[in-house]
Amino acid sequence: MARKPTPAASRIADQANEPQSAVVRFGEDRPLRLESGVLFAPLQVAYQTYGALNATKSNAILICHALTGDQHVANVHPVTGKPGWWEDMIGPGRLMDTDRYFVICANVLGACMGTSGPASLDPATGRPFGLDFPVVTIGDMVKAQEMLVTHLGIDQLLCVIGGSMGGMQVLDWASRFPDRVFSAMPIATAAKHSAQNIAFHEVGRQSVMADPDWRGGRYLLEGARPEKGLAVARMAAHITYLSERALQRKFGRNLQDRAAPTFSFDADFQVESYLRYQGATFVERFDANSYLYLTRAMDYFDLAADHGGVLADAFRGARTRFCLISFTSDWLFPTADSRQIVHALNAAGASVSFVEIESDKGHDAFLLDEPSLLATMKGFLEAAARAKGIA
Amino acid sequence: MSPDDMSLREQSAAMQARVDFLLVADMVESGARVLDVGCGDGELLALLAQSKQVDARGIELSREGVAGCVAKGLAVIQGDADTDLADYPNDCFDYVILSQTLQATRNPRKVLEQMLRIGRRAIVSFPNFGHWRIRSGLFFRGRMPRTENLPYSWYDTPNIHFCTIADFVELVGDLPATMEKAVALNASGSQLGFNAPWWLWNLVGEQAVFLLRRG
Repeated sequence: MARKPTPAASRIADQANEPQSAVVRFGEDRPLRLESGVLFAPLQVAYQTYGALNATKSNAILICHALTGDQHVANVHPVTGKPGWWEDMIGPGRLMDTDRYFVICANVLGACMGTSGPASLDPATGRPFGLDFPVVTIGDMVKAQEMLVTHLGIDQLLCVIGGSMGGMQVLDWASRFPDRVFSAMPIATAAKHSAQNIAFHEVGRQSVMADPDWRGGRYLLEGARPEKGLAVARMAAHITYLSERALQRKFGRNLQDRAAPTFSFDADFQVESYLRYQGATFVERFDANSYLYLTRAMDYFDLAADHGGVLADAFRGARTRFCLISFTSDWLFPTADSRQIVHALNAAGASVSFVEIESDKGHDAFLLDEPSLLATMKGFLEAAARAKGIA
Repeated sequence: MSPDDMSLREQSAAMQARVDFLLVADMVESGARVLDVGCGDGELLALLAQSKQVDARGIELSREGVAGCVAKGLAVIQGDADTDLADYPNDCFDYVILSQTLQATRNPRKVLEQMLRIGRRAIVSFPNFGHWRIRSGLFFRGRMPRTENLPYSWYDTPNIHFCTIADFVELVGDLPATMEKAVALNASGSQLGFNAPWWLWNLVGEQAVFLLRRG
């Protein structure tokens, strides 16, 4: 029996199909060939832009968002009402100065904010895809972005920037379309997803699928929502984005609004309350099936495997300037992962810079206002702009 | 002082570059692939990129140094000479430079061997611990020397492997390397005469720059 959709469900459905973003649609005549072999069409790509493209179309920066991010990188989020996730970096006079640069961020393929994904309506049936949506890869996301960039008339991007899953896209961009990437900034990322990271993702997926309201992936059709499963997935994942020290500093063993433990399973500790809040707010804006698809895409990412097991071969002959950044306390995408990419780029003779930034904030440091992160990014971006002759 | 020294020092003043940097730059062919190990804030690399149009790369231990290099548009990696040279493939550079860094490495010999593996030539500059002022400090005062160029106390210095020009020449003799050029500078930054014997260089040379070739 179909129930009335919850407000969150209808908000997500609205954003998936009629997003508050610019949208480009590619018809049946321009199918996207997915890595799985599926020819996907029609394709919708939702994106935000900031600043203006210059006459020579040479000042475009593409930002690739992370797993639970979206294209609303520097504007008020249409669902949450919160500022963009890199709001401090983008705008007039800021790191990505919108008086000089044209900044683009597209919702990734498989996500739920307007680019085709499992919450989108399948034009063949008029109903949400659900699990009928094809499994996509990081490379598929990049190919969809390339269609957008071409549609915007941009031949070469000044810089492609992204952290975490966004960093994977940056690497794939530089490898797949080397002539179209003048410079690249992969941040807190890896050339392949580690066994540990696949394991964490599997916990998240199993949590979603164990929720009876997941309904075998058909929850949108049946008016249900696996909110509990998705919230638990988010709670577990959120721990991996922080560091032990950051958790200790922020919460310690502090109790939540009480003087003593209650001898119950209430959220006695502040850290419990914090995680529950993270889970609850996440389900308000994210589609559970999208979470399955995007985590899968990250698991499948292995750039070396796509090049005969030799990562350097992914970048052979690259003229792109690279700047990699990692964080000391990031145990999800540790510095060693970035160094592996640096070694491969060196072996390929590519121009590469690398900085490990001191931070106790874990993987999430790339989203935070870390002065040394901003300084390094600004220095690299401005040097790239000078080299490309952008005033 | 020969006219050559004059022009070098005038050039140095005009470009506001250190004399030893100009000496190094003089040893590098235009358009070469260069790795500067311990490149600091990238002053030498920027000089080489500008005056010799080299493909300039660097390794630097300090994050501040790397950030300064990145802002100059240089390709520099945060890393350690002792551990990270091993990750470079054979023959990927024409010159590998170790400027005023040899004495701060844990294993200078291994670093030199790695340099000559990844580059066809190595350029090494270092402060000469055999300089008379250092000798006399140790001899008369009985204290570890502190000079303008080497201002650290023995207990907090990054310089853990000092050597003299004579020591270095002996080490090069043990390596599969040929010395193509050697220059010593006195305290005022002038080059010592080419015909002066090693013992004199070792006594009055405040710093030395060597160009080595593999084999």
